Formats: sequence, C-alpha cells, structure tokens
Amino acid sequence: MLGRWSYSGTNYPKESPNAARVDSWPPAGGPPGSNLPFLREQLLDEWGIDIAINNPLFHSAVQRHPHYTAALARAINEWQIGEWTDPEPRIKASICVPQEEGDLAAAEIDRLGDDPNFVQILLVIRGAEPLGRRRYWPIYEAAVRHNLPIGIHFGGQGGNPLTGTGWPSYYIEDHTGMAQSFQGQLTSLIFEGVFEQFPTLRVCLIEGGFAWLPTLMWRMDAAYKRLHEEVPHLKKLPSEYIRDHIWLSTQPMEEPFKPHQFTQLLRHGTLADRLIFATDYPHWDFDAPDQALPKTKLPEEFEQKLFFQNALDFYGERLLPRVRG
Amino acid sequence: MAASQVSNVALGVDDGTRFVVGTVDDIPPGSRKVILVNGREIGVFNVNGEYFAVLNRCPHQGGPLCSGRQTGFLVAPLPGEYQLSRPGEVIRCPWHGWEFDLRTGQSWCEPSKVRVRRYDVSVESGETLVAAVPGEDGPTEAETDPLAPPGLVKGPYKAETFPVSIEQQYIVVDVGGRRPS
Repeated sequence: MLGRWSYSGTNYPKESPNAARVDSWPPAGGPPGSNLPFLREQLLDEWGIDIAINNPLFHSAVQRHPHYTAALARAINEWQIGEWTDPEPRIKASICVPQEEGDLAAAEIDRLGDDPNFVQILLVIRGAEPLGRRRYWPIYEAAVRHNLPIGIHFGGQGGNPLTGTGWPSYYIEDHTGMAQSFQGQLTSLIFEGVFEQFPTLRVCLIEGGFAWLPTLMWRMDAAYKRLHEEVPHLKKLPSEYIRDHIWLSTQPMEEPFKPHQFTQLLRHGTLADRLIFATDYPHWDFDAPDQALPKTKLPEEFEQKLFFQNALDFYGERLLPRVRG
Repeated sequence: MAASQVSNVALGVDDGTRFVVGTVDDIPPGSRKVILVNGREIGVFNVNGEYFAVLNRCPHQGGPLCSGRQTGFLVAPLPGEYQLSRPGEVIRCPWHGWEFDLRTGQSWCEPSKVRVRRYDVSVESGETLVAAVPGEDGPTEAETDPLAPPGLVKGPYKAETFPVSIEQQYIVVDVGGRRPS
C-alpha cells in the first residue's frame, strides 16, 4: 500500500479500465460513478430503481497509515453526503471506515451512525487479517450501538495472496477466486464468536457469490459436531448463526448450466430469504435487473423478496426514503 | 442505449424491408452510427470500406452492443507472441465484454447458442433508390414531357427549370433477410 494504490495492482480486466462498463464513463468527464445526472440517467431512471446504495471502493479501508486512512474515509463519507444523498433521495450511503484501525473506525461510525442517509458500514473482504479477530470487534460494537448492519464487499488487497496457496497470474483468477475470501471470512466470523458476542449484528456479503453457502453450512456443522470443544464460546450450530445473521447480494449471479438448478439452490439453506439484488454498477460485470435472473420458473414471491423485502429485512427502515431533517 | 445516442431514423424504400441509413460520407471508414430502422436500433459500421450492420442489443443481457469497443481476434502463435487478426471486425459489448463477429453476428464465447442479429448492407446510387421509393416507380407515360395529360392544352407560360440528378451513394440496410442459421 504505497500512496493510494496497492502494490498488487488495480482491477484492470481486459479492455475495462477501472473494472468499469465501457459506457459508464460520464460524457462530462470524470471516472465511472462520479456524476449524479449521468448515474440518474443510466441507472436509476433506466431501471426504475427506488433505492440504491453507494459502496465507494476507493482504497480508504486499507492504507497503512492510520490517520491517513481515517482521513480518507471521512472525506469519502462527506463527499457521499454532499454529492449524492443530499441531492438525490433515492441514494443511500455506506459508512467507509479505516478498516484496520478498530478504534478509528468506531469513531467514524459514531460520528455518522445516526445520520439516516447512511444505511450500513462498508468493509472490504480482503483486509489484513480474518474479520473474526478481536482487532475488528470495535467496528462490530459500534455497528450494534447504532443498529447499523455491515456490508462486506468484494475487493481490498490486505497484503495476503488471494488464494490460500499464493498469488495467481490472471485477473480471471482474481475474479473467480474471491469466493474463497468470502468463505474464509465467514468461517472466521462464525468460529471466532462474533455473533455470540454481538447477537444483533447483521452482515451482508456483497459480490461474493452465494451458491457455495449451503455446502459451507453443511461442512461447518459436520465439523462442529466433532470439534466443538475447541470453540466452547459457540452456543449454536454454525449454520444457525448463518441463518440468523448473514445476508448475501446477487451479482455475480450464479448461472448453473441447467437453469432449473438455480431454483434448487434457492431451496437450500435460507437463500430465498437472504438474497438482495445488486447491479454492481458501474462495473463491467453489471447485472441488468430485468435480465440477470436465470430463465426458469422461480419460487412464488421470490422476486418480491429479492428486489425489496430481503433488503428491507436487512437494512430496516433506514432504507426507506426520508426527508433530511 | 439512451435514445439521444441514436443519430437518425432510417428512410424506407421499396418493399418495406430496405432502409436508407445515410450517405457513404456519413459513415466514413473506421466509424459507426446507430440508427433507428423500422423501430429497431441498428448499428452500421464501416470497416475499411466494408459495411456491417448488427442489432444494438447484446443477446447476453441486452446491453447497448454498438457502443462497445471495436477490436479483432487475438491470436498467439507462440507464447509471448500476440497478433491481432481481422482488426475492427469484432464488436465487444460495453457491459460484459462479450464479443461478436461483425461480419456474421457470431459469438465466440458460446458459438452454439448465442449470436447477434446481423443485417445485409449495400451501397446504392441515389438514382436506383429514387426509382425504388414506393409510389414513385419512375415517371409514367403521362408525366413524360412533351406528352401532357390527355385533354389539356399547353399554356403560354413556362417556368425556368434546372436539371437535377442524384449522384450520391447511399448505404442501405436490409432488415428482411432471413436470420442465418
């Protein structure tokens, strides 16, 4: 982490600078996702979106210098208020925090935690250490204090290789392999006892896929039956913590070879009640709301849950439009 | 694609399947234009003097295909040696980067399942096209001077006239062709 960018490079898939849709660069200039009128036209109005949530992925979370990373996070949060949530009631913000500095992150959450325009605390999936470790608990304490859920988004370069066996060569490996990071972080949150310590904490895993969740739940429960003495602080099966505390976003949408297998997937675990639709705009793997779901017969009411109810369950009333006081 | 980016509405000629999308000067080599043809947005590309036309809708997720980048096929005869083959003949969707051959509409991601609709394009002279406009099937016998409509007598006055010819070359898209199998 030298300056703004990490030594491991920026996200630069083939022909997609900034990992962005080629048509998402505002005609008026500036990077994708930086121009409100253009975003209104290309995203909110185009798809009839009532509420969108900002997830600024600028590398504020993972700078080495504690006060620099805190200042960057604070600046991004002020920018979100001034440029996005104030002028556009359809947009809600995420609190960016200096992820590796638990006390400074908690201070930023306390500063903004009661502002109704912020609906979640934003972490990135690849930090310096597993997210269950105690250095991160001040973040969860502050989240509970303000009844704010935590969104953990694809991204971050905390210094460790993406995979458990080292650094890959290609962007496509990075893009595919990030699911490993999500599984590792979820395992850490469960077994280190975060949800036992913070029983009202809610977490959404954003852009990490979801088809892997049922098998991870099976595996964790099976292991717990044999190895539970190692984690006496747990009081429930690992899968029960997942059912009570974990939501996931779509995008990347899982696309089985046979579309009806998507429906089977939803019937496993709690996915039908836990998936929240995400576009990933302005990134190149954007999901169009009317095109992204597999063309198959889905369970009744699933779309209503996917596009509205599950998000409302997770974010609560802060999600609904509200006049700034 | 926002309607404002569609540059024009094509004019129909003859049997309702052929449409004039502009003159050859409107789409010089290396450029493209998205035009509303019979209710459909179609992108017309000039690749080194050859014209190709495809539907402005990616068959993957409906992205505005014709605002993507034009590229070619990357071939590597040896590790570390790269060549771009058929530059400019491949269009890459701005959303997810799916690539289609402008010449055939073929996708090389999932060639058995996915292709984009392509259209035949021709360049025709203005004279041919005027002859093909519906209701103007060339001058009738009655209109051919000096044969006046029967029963009428020429008056004493005559306005000054100028010879007019249509020399421009026009690009014509045919939306009536069968979809290639």
